[in-house]
Amino acid sequence: MAQIFHKSFNSISKASIVAGGLVAATLLTLVATANTSAWITAVGEAREQTPPFSHKHHVAGLGIDCRYCHTTVEEAGFAGIPATKTCMTCHSQVWTDAPILEPVRESFRTDKPLEWLRVHDLPDFVYFDHSIHVAKGVGCSTCHGQVDQMPLMWKENTLNMAWCLSCHRDPAQFVRPKDKVFDMTWTPPANQREQGEALMQEYHITSKTNCGVCHR
Amino acid sequence: MRALFLTVFACAFAAAGCRQDMHDQPKLRGMRGSAFFADGRGVRPIVPGTVARGHLNEDELLHTGKVDGKLADVFPFEITRSDLERGKERYEIYCTPCHDRTGTGNGMIVQRGMKRPPSYHIQRLRDQPPGYFFDVMTNGFGAMYDYSDRIKPEDRWRIAAYIRVLQLSQNGTLADVPPAERTVLEKEQAQ
Ligand code: HEC
Ligand code: HEC
Ligand code: HEC
Ligand code: HEC
Ligand code: HEC
Ligand code: HEC
Repeated sequence: MAQIFHKSFNSISKASIVAGGLVAATLLTLVATANTSAWITAVGEAREQTPPFSHKHHVAGLGIDCRYCHTTVEEAGFAGIPATKTCMTCHSQVWTDAPILEPVRESFRTDKPLEWLRVHDLPDFVYFDHSIHVAKGVGCSTCHGQVDQMPLMWKENTLNMAWCLSCHRDPAQFVRPKDKVFDMTWTPPANQREQGEALMQEYHITSKTNCGVCHR
Repeated sequence: MRALFLTVFACAFAAAGCRQDMHDQPKLRGMRGSAFFADGRGVRPIVPGTVARGHLNEDELLHTGKVDGKLADVFPFEITRSDLERGKERYEIYCTPCHDRTGTGNGMIVQRGMKRPPSYHIQRLRDQPPGYFFDVMTNGFGAMYDYSDRIKPEDRWRIAAYIRVLQLSQNGTLADVPPAERTVLEKEQAQ
């Protein structure tokens, strides 16, 4: 019976195993890098909104507390986005002719809500709750960054599972005293390890990494 | 032929993996819009007259600040130190932007063009019962909008109590200070 394959196929087949592996590895790396890149996760990408609401102006400039607008952040899973009426408590008197605020006034007149585009949006199969984090001393700025310096809102962190777990595995790195939760300038002090562990004791925090915590 | 079939199959399989059905499930989550309702709101406006379970709000004093239609001069519950602390915290979230931390009515928003509210320390407001402050927060007053949708009734009472604290603090005398602290103050003054 005649030979089907030429002798050189011995080397070609060996080479193809290596090459195949290489191609697969390159593709996987590419996909993995793309997935964590800012291009996919949109980290640091300022979101245009109508009207262009500025946290920098309202929080750092005017000193308004987060809870003035995000009223439910301490009690509920959802932090709450302010109703048009909340804007109008001030803007019925301040900057009443500014064209930039016409969408707010129109929404108030017509009772049609303003449409804000989401900046942070977890997939629907993930369960997240603000109240527990606020109650256990995890500050807004740990997850959202220095919001008071954002003229337009952007995402400071990827919000992917590895990120959540990096804290859930070892919360002591990030936990702060409860009265500092809304402090945008808080940074971990030099003795954060000891302080964090003491606070974990005090607030009864445990490391929660069961799948059912976030996928329920 | 088989190769073509396999390629098409592989592509279809891969493309199917790109569907986002589990990421974007057809359920309503906090304030998400909805294509189902004509006005596009996921959060449904409450039908007038609706009474939520546990919110019959029969307690006239607690929910309206009135007793038999007259502004109440009492609080619906005993005000403890922790109530005052909570009142201070809530006051500083919701009221300081305009009324400022001491209640003189020169907050940041007023400095930027808001109508200036009266100081809490004028005689007319010092003479008002707590029910009056509760009523202003619940129903608004002139250019000031109401806060009933953002502050729970109990917290409104705690804020009213804290406003009393502010009023007393602005008119305190050395005689109001407990003896222990008084000596400290006197020492400081002597220096
Ligand atoms: C004057 C009202 C107001 C105050 C005060 C305020 N916010 Fe906001 N916030 C908004 C509005 C309106 C939006 C929606 C528009 C946007 O995304 O910028 C928003 C959006 C956000 C978002 C993004 C929501 C999303 O789409 O994912 C975060 C996070 C946030 N705020 C955090 C904070 C924090 C932290 C503070 C306190 C330091 C704060 N906000 C204070 C009004 C306010
Ligand atoms: C507590 C009072 C207050 C509330 C509540 C408030 N604003 Fe303002 N806002 C101001 C003041 C005061 C200015 C003008 C700042 C200045 O004069 O420096 C301003 C300015 C603005 C401007 C134009 C200036 C800029 O570039 O930031 C926009 C747009 C705006 N606000 C949108 C909103 C929206 C939307 C809301 C509701 C989510 C809102 N504001 C709620 C007080 C408020
Ligand atoms: C542990 C991390 C974490 C902390 C701490 C945190 N947030 Fe968030 N925040 C998130 C995530 C994740 C989302 C997206 C939730 C979603 O898509 O369902 C979010 C969403 C929001 C939104 C949009 C509305 C919503 O609830 O989906 C606002 C507003 C907000 N956060 C404000 C705040 C404020 C104010 C604080 C501080 C009191 C805070 N957050 C603290 C992680 C955090
Ligand atoms: C910076 C730290 C930190 C980050 C980031 C963080 N968490 Fe948490 N989370 C905590 C702490 C601390 C607790 C409280 C644990 C306890 O009570 O023992 C908690 C509790 C929870 C709980 C409630 C657990 C329960 O059983 O009551 C859920 C759900 C949760 N986190 C989801 C998430 C999700 C989803 C993310 C990512 C989007 C996330 N968390 C990111 C610190 C964090
Ligand atoms: C602290 C919260 C948390 C815990 C605990 C957790 N997850 Fe997740 N998981 C997330 C978040 C957030 C995402 C969404 C990430 C994203 O946006 O891509 C996610 C996504 C996923 C996905 C989908 C990935 C994709 O690309 O669609 C799978 C599968 C998953 N998790 C499995 C698990 C399993 C299995 C466990 C237990 C070993 C677990 N998770 C525990 C937060 C958590
Ligand atoms: C956005 C600015 C603003 C905020 C925030 C605000 N107020 Fe006012 N308030 C006003 C203005 C303006 C007036 C004067 C209204 C008028 O005379 O038309 C006023 C008046 C008052 C008065 C006096 C009524 C009278 O008899 O003259 C009281 C009491 C009061 N406010 C309580 C509060 C309390 C309590 C809060 C916090 C829950 C609060 N206000 C938050 C702007 C504000």
